Amino acid sequence: MSCEPWQCAEIASTKKANPIPKPEVAVAMIQRAAHPIIIAGSNLTERYMEGRPAIDFIIELAKTSKVPVVATAHMVGEFVKRGYQPAAFMNAMEIGQRVADPSWMGLDRKGHPDLVILVGMPYYMQALILSGLKHFAPTLKTMTLDNMFHVHASWSFPNASLDEWANNLKVMTLKFGGN
Amino acid sequence: MTAKNLHIKIDEMKTNSGLIKNLELSIGKVVNENYNEPMGPTPMPSVTTLRDWDLTLLNKYKPFYMPDCDLCCLCTFGKCDLTAGKRGACGLDIAAQSSRIVALACSIGAACHSAHSRHLVHHLIEKYGRRYPLDVGGLNIKVEAPITRLVTGIKPETLGDLDDVLAYVEEQITQILAAAHTGQEANALDFESKAFHVGMCDHIGMEVGDIAQISVFNYPKADPEAPLVKLGIGSVDRTKPVIMCIGHNVVPSVGIIDYAKEQKVDESLEIVGLCCTAHDMTRYYTRGRIVGPISWELRFIRAGLADVVVLDEQCIRTDVADEAAKVNAPVIAASEKNCVGFKNRTNDPTDAIVDDLVSGKVLGVLILDPDKVGEVAVRVAMKVAPMRKRKNVLPTVEEVIAAAKTCTQCKQCQRNCPQDYAVPAALKDAAAGDLSKLTDLYEYCIGCGRCEQACPQKIVIHSLIVKAGEKAMYCEDNLCRSGRGAVSDVEIRSVGGPIVLGEIPGIVALVGCSNYPKGGKDVYDIAREFASRRYIVALSGCSAMAAGSYRNSEGKTIYEEFPGGFEAGGVLNVGSCVANSHIAGAAIKVANIFAKRNLRGNYEEIADYIHNRLGAVGLAWGAYSQKAAAIGAGFWRLGVPVIVGPHGSKYRRMLLGRKDVPENWNVIDARTGETVNVGPSPEHLFNVAETKEECIVQIAKLVIRPNDTWKGRAGKLSHYIDLHKRYMGVMPDDIHLYIRTPADIPITMKDEIQKILEEHNWKETTIPDPTLLPRMVRKMKE
Ligand code: SF4
Ligand code: SF4
Ligand code: SF4
Repeated sequence: MSCEPWQCAEIASTKKANPIPKPEVAVAMIQRAAHPIIIAGSNLTERYMEGRPAIDFIIELAKTSKVPVVATAHMVGEFVKRGYQPAAFMNAMEIGQRVADPSWMGLDRKGHPDLVILVGMPYYMQALILSGLKHFAPTLKTMTLDNMFHVHASWSFPNASLDEWANNLKVMTLKFGGN
Repeated sequence: MTAKNLHIKIDEMKTNSGLIKNLELSIGKVVNENYNEPMGPTPMPSVTTLRDWDLTLLNKYKPFYMPDCDLCCLCTFGKCDLTAGKRGACGLDIAAQSSRIVALACSIGAACHSAHSRHLVHHLIEKYGRRYPLDVGGLNIKVEAPITRLVTGIKPETLGDLDDVLAYVEEQITQILAAAHTGQEANALDFESKAFHVGMCDHIGMEVGDIAQISVFNYPKADPEAPLVKLGIGSVDRTKPVIMCIGHNVVPSVGIIDYAKEQKVDESLEIVGLCCTAHDMTRYYTRGRIVGPISWELRFIRAGLADVVVLDEQCIRTDVADEAAKVNAPVIAASEKNCVGFKNRTNDPTDAIVDDLVSGKVLGVLILDPDKVGEVAVRVAMKVAPMRKRKNVLPTVEEVIAAAKTCTQCKQCQRNCPQDYAVPAALKDAAAGDLSKLTDLYEYCIGCGRCEQACPQKIVIHSLIVKAGEKAMYCEDNLCRSGRGAVSDVEIRSVGGPIVLGEIPGIVALVGCSNYPKGGKDVYDIAREFASRRYIVALSGCSAMAAGSYRNSEGKTIYEEFPGGFEAGGVLNVGSCVANSHIAGAAIKVANIFAKRNLRGNYEEIADYIHNRLGAVGLAWGAYSQKAAAIGAGFWRLGVPVIVGPHGSKYRRMLLGRKDVPENWNVIDARTGETVNVGPSPEHLFNVAETKEECIVQIAKLVIRPNDTWKGRAGKLSHYIDLHKRYMGVMPDDIHLYIRTPADIPITMKDEIQKILEEHNWKETTIPDPTLLPRMVRKMKE
């Protein structure tokens, strides 16, 4: 499990992500957050684990964790088709800009997100949004749930195989479900 | 032009030799002045003249910065780490650094187009004289250079006049570059304004180049029925010697075509082009072939198809000479901007150059005389082709499988692929004899070769992909409409009203490069979707090629399926990169010809008009270049929204509106001076679409304008809702923001929308005569 950026040129200078050593740690961090959100991108229907698209795993995780999901690109329809209603759907840059704005009060207007969890966008695009947040929202915590290490996040899972990725998401879902 | 020491104007003077009328003389330059339009407030704007307009737009569409690099290494104070609020040794912060890079990228792009135009204008003046008249569309075009007129106040009539226009552009680019020096501009928004300024200049630079070449080379002139030309690798007759011209500056290609015709060998040769040179070559010579964009360079050369490679300028792989050497194809570099390390043989005898290239004594030469390039290229191609016998470096299928077997699945190729393509999985299957995944990659691969650079096993991955896609490659035999150039005044008159009133739902301009996330088919799909819905679809550059590369169920390319006019449901290819100016020009001409707004030196008023009334959107789905950044910046200053594909996020900042902040959407009603909230129309000035589906929906939304009539708005909304439901799978969540009065509601969706409006406590508003310029109110009252 390497902690180099998945796309080799996406390096950072002095502020680099802390690797998430195991899924239980990610669960604990999400549980500690008051207003976490998941931003879920278009690769979730392109990438498969155990014969199922990644979106299925994220839906299960979102259901048990009760973390609201913002679907980017055209993903809202994909979520709805699978019986899950995301809290919102928005262009990736729009939601990036909003979470970078400290005066934004969140999807439910109850408070600015304190933990932004990204998953499933094209790697380079997700890296750029994370960079924007690292530079312009330095107090905001960010996390990624892909099997690709993202240096600009606060916390990221290391590079991992599809099986390890599936396992990480399943363990997180189980933990949130109380198992 | 800006500083005149001496200026004499003579309306009428009788002399011994005759009558002189309308003579203007200023510092050694004679300008025959037939331009009656009154001069507006901002001719030849300096860097700050239009700054207030820029800041108005930037207040509405705030930059969202996503630094692509945490560091700055531009001067020896650095490297400086600018992470999260830290300032560099010069005091600069990461926002200003990010916008400085944007301004620099736009300056490089503007310099590139303008230097290209400068070369063209110099060359053409040298050959045809300063007084050579400009003609971009005969009697059908009275406004021959809308951008130039708008910005500089000059109405160019001859090649010599273009010289003066370029002098202005060059000065502005230098000023912007100077602002990027260490310890100059400090503020991010001011860098943005500078990027806008240089983008505006870029549009002039492009316009100058294209009207010069249209006039002299007699390209199609605003012709909706410009000829259909062959497109694709499969359209090249491989039994003939092939000269492959790469780049954007047509001058050496013209030398080749003219020489081949003179010698009556043009029918025995294939003269093909890659990138915009291909467009401009076929505007001159319909027997030319358009091979494809930059991403086709490696596949064409490695497949052994080029017998001679001629390089002019821009978007040329810098390892082309090495690649050509591997297949024994001699290279001729023909531009001062790209000498490739070759010896300058411009003044050597042609026979000696030909002998050296044919014998392989030298791999390439630099020749800066386009006529000599023509002779050398043709003679060398005729001699080399029978010797080369299509020597290529593509492996056999057995070699593909053998190479795939050496793969260790280390994934370095995928991690270095800009597209993150699953190369290792494709090689795993290939090792077992199944090439289907490699064949799929052929369709998507942008031919960058980064995978090969990274492979520790030295597997020539791109060549494997090309071999697997070989069959498809030789079936690429399609049609592109030759670049038609400008939009005629007549076309503007007939569609100006329907566009501004919203009855034609919008103009969609698909422009720019080929850094597509999933191949060029997306461009075709997007263009076809909107043409079928009777939007006006304008194309240029690599996007125009991509759109022509696919066929409908009846076997027709998009250029055969749809008419080539600037009309509802028209699909028009304006031409090469520099022809993008005609798209901006068409928008400007709607304001001038249809709405009768003065053009001359009247930038803000025209941009305000376009921004608030003209439902135009630019899409650069595969934008990668600095030139694309400059083109985008020119559109931003005109207030035209631009969308880029996912790789466009690497331009590192977006200009986004916030639909959740209602006060951002106030405009002034020019009739009353009152403030009216018009909702997010258009919602963004620069944004990324992550997928094709999202892109289609964004386009449909971004054509909405405050000025739409009820009927126009209802039409636009019905497309938006229909596309949203189709591609996003649900009803849009912002419909209530776009309904101003009940008449805006699409008739077939009345009940559904009424319910939404009730849920959102919707209130009716007025439709203003919208402007962002307070001075327009006074003007209307006068
Ligand atoms: S230009 Fe400024 S930020 Fe960049 S290296 Fe020099 S001192 Fe550092
Ligand atoms: S880099 Fe080379 S060895 Fe490694 S997975 Fe890719 S093709 Fe195989
Ligand atoms: S050549 Fe194709 S597969 Fe290789 S890195 Fe470039 S895009 Fe990826």
